Amino acid sequence: MSNLNAVSFREEQGRYKGIFAWIFSTDHKRIGLLYLYSIVSFFLIGVLLGAAMKLELLAPGKTVMDPATYNAIFTLHGVIMIFLVVVPGLPAVFGNFMLPIMIGAKDVAFPKLNLLSWWIYVFGAIIALSSLFMGGGPPDTGWTFYAPYAFKTNTNMLPAVLGAFILGFSSILTGINFIVTIHRLRAPGMTWFKMPLFPWTLYGTGWIQILATPIVGITLLMIVGERVLNIGFFDPALGGDPILYQHLFWIYSHPAVYIMILPAMGAISEIIPTFANKSIFGYKAIVISTLAIAFVGYFVWGHHMFTSGMSGTALYTFSLLTFIVAIPSAIKVFNWVGTLHKASIQLETPFFWAASFLFVFMIGGLSGLALGALATNVHLHDTAFVVAHFHFIVFGGVGFAFMGAIHYWFPKIWGRMYNTRIATSGWIIFFIGFCTLYLPMFFLGVTGMPRRYYDYVENFHGPNIVSTIGSWVLILGLVIILTNLIRSAYKGEKAGKNPWGGRTLEWTVDSPPTLENFEEIPVIDRGPYDYRKNPES
Amino acid sequence: MSTIHLHRDDEASKLGMWLFIFTELLLFAGLFIVYGVYRYLNPVAFHLAAEELSVTVGTVNTIILLVSSATIAMATTAIRLKNKQLTILLLLATLFLAFMFMTNKYFEWKGKFEHGIFPGSEDLLRLGHGDTLFFSLYFFMTGLHALHIIVGFVLISIVCYRVNNNSLTANNPVLLDNSGLYWHLVDLIWIFLFPLFYLIT
Repeated sequence: MSNLNAVSFREEQGRYKGIFAWIFSTDHKRIGLLYLYSIVSFFLIGVLLGAAMKLELLAPGKTVMDPATYNAIFTLHGVIMIFLVVVPGLPAVFGNFMLPIMIGAKDVAFPKLNLLSWWIYVFGAIIALSSLFMGGGPPDTGWTFYAPYAFKTNTNMLPAVLGAFILGFSSILTGINFIVTIHRLRAPGMTWFKMPLFPWTLYGTGWIQILATPIVGITLLMIVGERVLNIGFFDPALGGDPILYQHLFWIYSHPAVYIMILPAMGAISEIIPTFANKSIFGYKAIVISTLAIAFVGYFVWGHHMFTSGMSGTALYTFSLLTFIVAIPSAIKVFNWVGTLHKASIQLETPFFWAASFLFVFMIGGLSGLALGALATNVHLHDTAFVVAHFHFIVFGGVGFAFMGAIHYWFPKIWGRMYNTRIATSGWIIFFIGFCTLYLPMFFLGVTGMPRRYYDYVENFHGPNIVSTIGSWVLILGLVIILTNLIRSAYKGEKAGKNPWGGRTLEWTVDSPPTLENFEEIPVIDRGPYDYRKNPES
Repeated sequence: MSTIHLHRDDEASKLGMWLFIFTELLLFAGLFIVYGVYRYLNPVAFHLAAEELSVTVGTVNTIILLVSSATIAMATTAIRLKNKQLTILLLLATLFLAFMFMTNKYFEWKGKFEHGIFPGSEDLLRLGHGDTLFFSLYFFMTGLHALHIIVGFVLISIVCYRVNNNSLTANNPVLLDNSGLYWHLVDLIWIFLFPLFYLIT
């Protein structure tokens, strides 16, 4: 068997050949890569839709598309980016690939279920995207599917809503799989507080996936019921209440923000100590704040609905809780900065992504507090400010962490090193493009430009031009990054086991890892970020 | 490729099933919230509409489900006692009771349909908002529950088949245990649906 172990998981010969060796593989690493390829494809579609919107907003009036097309495009952009890219994003790609290796396991607890999750994901994606090609036109409600418009519009709502429901199922199964894996398959000696932080955040994420996703599942089924059976739960004409839909929708969709951001924070918590060559500052504080975010995140959904009509008590409570949920995130930022203090920092591409993550995440987080305060919220609600805020969190936070993670784990996944100079120049162009794209939207929002409009008055022209140019710069950066990575996956220099000097378990196995990751399951006798004494390998 | 799948962990399978049951409970929790809100907003209409449902049929179905929960629980013990025939008998009894439940449900729904009561019907619209919401909730929630009965039925059929061809024995009863857990969940949800729709009048 030692002969078999010498082959990496990419070259392993299984029961099937060619593409079937991948799409029927139960190996967590192959499934992780399947997710990566599908998610990156959908991400590129989402980026193009986003760029089309920015192009429309280049000038007032009709520029390249009519209002109905614009409505369809922002809906699809939202549905694709949220349900197909960001929610599965880090957990499904890097969680699948890295979680078992980081906790010293050979695979996840349920490998077949893991493969099934991917198939359900693909099935849900096909259903959701089929809404584009059926008669009636693509959905135009926004990704939130607000009632009653979601069952009054004549566009193809059913496939979009059903697709989102099916994708939720995939997300739940992944969550169950990870929680059970972490409970049952940690290597001997790896106690809870010797577990690296990325698995910790996946654990928090798993609980949110399990405990929040079913609510949106049933809510989407109710929308289906409204459209098909006229059940009237959210239809004022039949005695229903549309506001109730908003409550049920956000009970899931706010925690979903933490499904997105927690694994991103986990990836950043891996990158920073490695490139600081230093143990992470306040390990337990990060763990506890992760669990605190997962918990308090359930009770803040009302802040999406400050202008929808709620009692004063509810408004104050939700606003207070929103401020409270910001504290654990701030603790994390403090810990990351604390880790960098007096460290001898390796200036490599993943570190640049992590550092810029801190920058954009701070802007996103602080602008979130401006929205969480009741008085300013009334002014800023449904303006470009909100769009800028959540893009700083979801694209800036999660997107930058994803980019950081892919540059960090690239040598482990493909066993080759990318060209760091091109990667770093790609990063700086992307970063400049990102800020040029979204910063003007804060100013536009404060001065009153509403979101989701294809048109605007002449006063808003200047910042909109800047923003659109930013979108082109961002795409240029993205193209450079992707070309570099794809080229390096085939032609890059061979990478060793541990190119960055990381201390977590994934850096002790081969690059790329063998099918079973470890020849022998390791026994853990030290913390995950122990940079004081030399590790054995 | 094959070495990796030899790993078997029954504790993990059960933990996974419990987590899945949490998600199922939350799925119905969303509907219970909707029920709670509309009952609070339309107390009189909900009160009167509930009287339209037959307590007898509801009680019979409750008893059927409770007994079926007992039979599947006994099956999980029987397989550990290595009594294959009794296990199969108990599983078949469970399947039979599930079938009885669905038959009752069918006639109950059919009766309502014949009286013109179904989501979106004109008779219902004439009765007013409270009744519309009550019966929409009734059909939606019991419908979703019935769907779970069908899923459970398929699951238990598979277990029954596998016990019969000896691929599920006292050595690996976890699939039977998990089906039992699932069936208890279906039962438990009915225990809440029954008073909410039939008894609070």
